[in-house]
Amino acid sequence: MADGTSSAETLRLIGVRKSYAVGTSVEVEVLHGIDLVLRRGEFAALIGPSGSGKTTLLNLIGLLDRPSSGHVVVAGEDAGALDEIAATRLRGRAIGFIFQYHHLLPAFTSLENVMMPIFATRGRADGEMRTTAAALLDRVGLTPWRDNKASDISGGQQQRVAIARALAMNPALVLADEPSGNLDTENANAVFDLMRSVNATNGTTFLIVTHDPRLAQRCDRLVELVDGRIVSDEINRNVRRRD
Amino acid sequence: MSPLAFFETAVAFRFMREGLTQTLLIVFGVALGAGVIIFMSALLAGLQENIIRRTLNFQAPIQILAPDQVARSLRTDDGTSDGVAIAAQIQPRSQQLRSVDQWQKILTSIERMREVVAVTPVVTGPGFTRRGEATKAVSIIGIDPASYFNVVALPEKIVAGRYDVGPTDIVIGTELAKDLGTAVGDKLSLATAAGTASTLIVAGVFDFGNKGVNERNVYVAFRTAQSLLDLPGGATSIEVKVHDPFAAETVARAIRHSGDLQVDSWISTNAQFFSAMSAQILANTLIRVFVGVTVALGIASVLVVSVVQKSKEIGILRAMGTARAQILRIFLIQGGFMGLTGALLGSLLAWGFLLLWRGVATNPDGSPLFVVVIEPSLFAIACVGAMGVGILSALVPARRAARLDPAVAIRG
Repeated sequence: MADGTSSAETLRLIGVRKSYAVGTSVEVEVLHGIDLVLRRGEFAALIGPSGSGKTTLLNLIGLLDRPSSGHVVVAGEDAGALDEIAATRLRGRAIGFIFQYHHLLPAFTSLENVMMPIFATRGRADGEMRTTAAALLDRVGLTPWRDNKASDISGGQQQRVAIARALAMNPALVLADEPSGNLDTENANAVFDLMRSVNATNGTTFLIVTHDPRLAQRCDRLVELVDGRIVSDEINRNVRRRD
Repeated sequence: MSPLAFFETAVAFRFMREGLTQTLLIVFGVALGAGVIIFMSALLAGLQENIIRRTLNFQAPIQILAPDQVARSLRTDDGTSDGVAIAAQIQPRSQQLRSVDQWQKILTSIERMREVVAVTPVVTGPGFTRRGEATKAVSIIGIDPASYFNVVALPEKIVAGRYDVGPTDIVIGTELAKDLGTAVGDKLSLATAAGTASTLIVAGVFDFGNKGVNERNVYVAFRTAQSLLDLPGGATSIEVKVHDPFAAETVARAIRHSGDLQVDSWISTNAQFFSAMSAQILANTLIRVFVGVTVALGIASVLVVSVVQKSKEIGILRAMGTARAQILRIFLIQGGFMGLTGALLGSLLAWGFLLLWRGVATNPDGSPLFVVVIEPSLFAIACVGAMGVGILSALVPARRAARLDPAVAIRG
């Protein structure tokens, strides 16, 4: 490929650095030249202590922010070469987000929340959009709650709606920031199982930020970030599968 | 396709429904503002229309007269072209009743002007009427009915008899009829100071709603007035009606520039009244502007609060691929909708108040104090204007929403 990535790669980070201005003259670098490749279908955990730069890295990968230097290549496209509109389009098409606090739109029903990424991209409603969203809700086991407002369902159900929403555009990469951080163990396991199942059947690449070592151990790959540097990146040969 | 099938409209309406109390409050605020603007505009338009109608009832918007006669100073012949003035003071010359020179030509050329609706020649001069022992000073107005009625709506003001003015007819006002104790069909003598007199039959009695005019004006045939006032073939003035009464002064100025004529517009002859009306228009415009600004600030403040309240949702929408322009449109639609809905509600409110006004503001005889015309175009303008104000006032919060950094907004 022209940018040096192979078609099997979902994400490639090349020397990614990120600095923030503190005051008027001082700049603090929080990421110091990150190199990372995620291949299609990988299920990776990004671990590390608080303040290590995990969320900053996730924002850069999710094209919500731009690196100070280096390249972020998502689904074969170098985000640095894209303008704001094209980057937004790429984000909508290729990346799905799952947040710790589900962040559903409370004014909309579960079904409408799942439809939202397709609706935003296409600009107008169509029947196919509704069918896709209904199928995704069915997959996460929430068909009976499809017409309930997002604010009227339980925390575990909300997070499952958020997963369905993240998959609405059939993205190449799903970024999950502490997806089970706000759930009890049972719901956390259920959400994790769901993500694994999507990964297995769709081949969607997952990058999951988690503080929970038990859940991290269920990922295929463990990337550890400390003080803005990747200190270890290894295949988890002892993946613990609940099933 | 339903508007709600579009992403921006669907999200905008859901956001407004979510903050229903806020939305309703601002819609009612806009409704009150729009209602006040519509009500005041209709009232002022009615008042103006009424005053103009009453003023231009018996008077043409423009009157063309022969220029004043000027006394020239006596000069010596000192060899220069101008000479030297002998008299230090020049006594102003007394004005004689005289015809506008070449009035037929002037009339034809003015008739061709785009702004002019109708033109008519008039012979007017002082006289007095006599019936039995009663004598009253009057203003003789000699008219050509065919063209005069296009300028002054005399036929509409006839309360008895007919408005035709034949060679032996005279049409008088209600006050004069009362003073002379005369009625339609009676004979009365019309004379001038020069001694010319004629006996005429009262063909009709008019009421212009103005005591002075009803007492003073008498209408006779053009030729009758010419012979009475000793102006054979002459016309003392040309009366002009224009499409826009407020443009009368501009048209008058244009006519004035085209020749050596004295041209008076109703604006210059009623300068005091007109300046009072201009002040009223200005005050009304200011009130409308302030109400409009208040409405705009109301919409803007509600949307600013909404942007703050919904910043997390905006961040999520942005994260899932919603473009900045789409976010901008979501808030502009809200502003426009609040403006339009408020104005529609305000139109209903104003309509109700105007109907109420019609019922309440009446003369002792039950007739309306003045006619307030409920113009549909006023409502349409108010609705479009309010929608525009809504969109404009939403611009700042909408831009703020569109510029939100999604990562920061999601983190809260």
